Amino acid sequence: MNTNTPHSGSKSARPSGFSLTDWMPKIVLAPTMVIAIVCIYGYMIWTAVLSFTNSRMLPSYKFVGWEQYERLFNNDRWMVALTNLGIFGSLFILICLFLGVMLAIFLDQKIRAEGVIRTIYLYPMAISFIVTGTAWKWLLNPTNGIQKLMIDMGFVNFKFDWLINPHMVVYCLVIAAVWQASGFVMALFLAGLRGVDGDLIKAAHLDGASTFTTYRRIILPSLKPVFFSALVILAHIAIKSFDLVQALTNGGPGYASDLPANFMYTYTFSRSQIGMGSASAMVMLGCILAILVPYLYSELRGERSEK
Amino acid sequence: MKNNVVGRKTSGVDKALRIALYATLILVAGFYLMPLVVMLITSMKDAEEVRNGTLLSLPSYIHFDSWEKAWSSACTGSSCHGISPYFMNSFKIVIPAVAISTILGAINGYVISLWRFRGSNLFFAALLLGCFIPFQVVLLPMARTLGWLGIASSTTGLVFVHVVYGVAFTTLFFRNFYQSIPGELIKAARLDGAGFFTIFYRIILPVSTPIIVVTVIWQFTQIWNDFLFGVAFSGFESQPVTVALNNLVNTSFGGKEYNVDMAAAVIAALPTLIVYVFAGKYFVRGLTAGAVKG
Repeated sequence: MNTNTPHSGSKSARPSGFSLTDWMPKIVLAPTMVIAIVCIYGYMIWTAVLSFTNSRMLPSYKFVGWEQYERLFNNDRWMVALTNLGIFGSLFILICLFLGVMLAIFLDQKIRAEGVIRTIYLYPMAISFIVTGTAWKWLLNPTNGIQKLMIDMGFVNFKFDWLINPHMVVYCLVIAAVWQASGFVMALFLAGLRGVDGDLIKAAHLDGASTFTTYRRIILPSLKPVFFSALVILAHIAIKSFDLVQALTNGGPGYASDLPANFMYTYTFSRSQIGMGSASAMVMLGCILAILVPYLYSELRGERSEK
Repeated sequence: MKNNVVGRKTSGVDKALRIALYATLILVAGFYLMPLVVMLITSMKDAEEVRNGTLLSLPSYIHFDSWEKAWSSACTGSSCHGISPYFMNSFKIVIPAVAISTILGAINGYVISLWRFRGSNLFFAALLLGCFIPFQVVLLPMARTLGWLGIASSTTGLVFVHVVYGVAFTTLFFRNFYQSIPGELIKAARLDGAGFFTIFYRIILPVSTPIIVVTVIWQFTQIWNDFLFGVAFSGFESQPVTVALNNLVNTSFGGKEYNVDMAAAVIAALPTLIVYVFAGKYFVRGLTAGAVKG
């Protein structure tokens, strides 16, 4: 909470009144401030307003109260999307965290060619979800993909048709998303592991703790902040997932693999249901805020107490 | 590095464990590599081999026909010029958007960490929230604004959108990096008569190379890979490559040419993959430096 005026007396040659240097920070920050206020908060409010109107193809400002939200939650397609998000989100987060932690620990054992392996694990994070979706669509396609590969290898009864099975298709999303993001979680944890105080570990070893115990009792607990960051980032990726569905399943079969983001896009832009589309966007925002606000609060408070 | 097993005798059990460890790591590497390998193999087969072979069967000889087709003559939606025009669009969007958002982020980060004023922390918190909002809540108002500004369905419009929603991230990156620069340095420079921009240019910028590289790579990857803004705000002429790829893969009727799809996917992924391979260190640093904190 310190200000930017370092001088206490009037030693400097500057006059005590207006000084360009004092104003510069504010002037420089102004464009971003305007952008943030208009394009983030202004638009958010705009969308919120639209969600309480009867807007269809064009925005209208005839208010209808909570009607759009009622319609939304009576809409089967939205409920499917929301359920899918629940399944997809929780599996995606859990598997990524588990894989990420395990791979980070494995890689932390003085592995030869660690750099190469790390590069391989992380490269999916550099490519687009659209590419990921395209690739996995090919792999999971029962006529040409993994199913055919296994059948040709002699496993005649092998069946792996999740991509065209409405009850299983959401797990295809999980597979592709885990493939893309788990290496990233590994990198987060590996960086965390490398940051753990070496003396602490030496001390534990001197006390006779095994490597396993050291990880479980000392190292992993100290990575709590990394764990929470990863959790928040993954939840965030899950809630915003749009491209992957678009490329891998296009929401299908039917709308069995829709996620809220796809619902929102379809209803707002192709189905001329701006009111309901806005309502769905607001629900998505609510989901993110529910995760984010406590996290940011603890982060910022933590930083303040550090000073 | 630190938590190793140095100083202990390696027994047979340890050796077996290490072999198992390496086996696991290599198996997992196979899982990560498989889609890329399959994409490459498939893209080099001809139609006949795609139909009759399996995922992992190798092409009899290497064809680049489908690469050529994907690049210059495959149909994406209604036009049949391959993905090359859209690939170029992506560059037209990415280069200015990365440059502008990085410069803005550097200056913002400089102010927020070294020139604090009343309310600057609050502003930072507000901006931070902007990093994480689901963009669905801004899509429709932004579409209206772009129309109103006369830059709807153009690459300029997409540059604008990417700068607007990228600047929160770039600011976060630079702010976290500059946070470690002691405030006394700035105070001393000011007492010596240096102004706001002189300090930035002479003292701050020379030490910023790593974070600039990290930010540029991060933004490049994010914007190149973007699909949501691309599909919502572009016209037929201004589609980025991700949108064109999706059209190619999902809207072609009749004979499905998987080899062309795969070639197009690899082409669309190439720029970010190349950046990753050559500057992976910075990519990882961006992920960890930015993400762990934010």
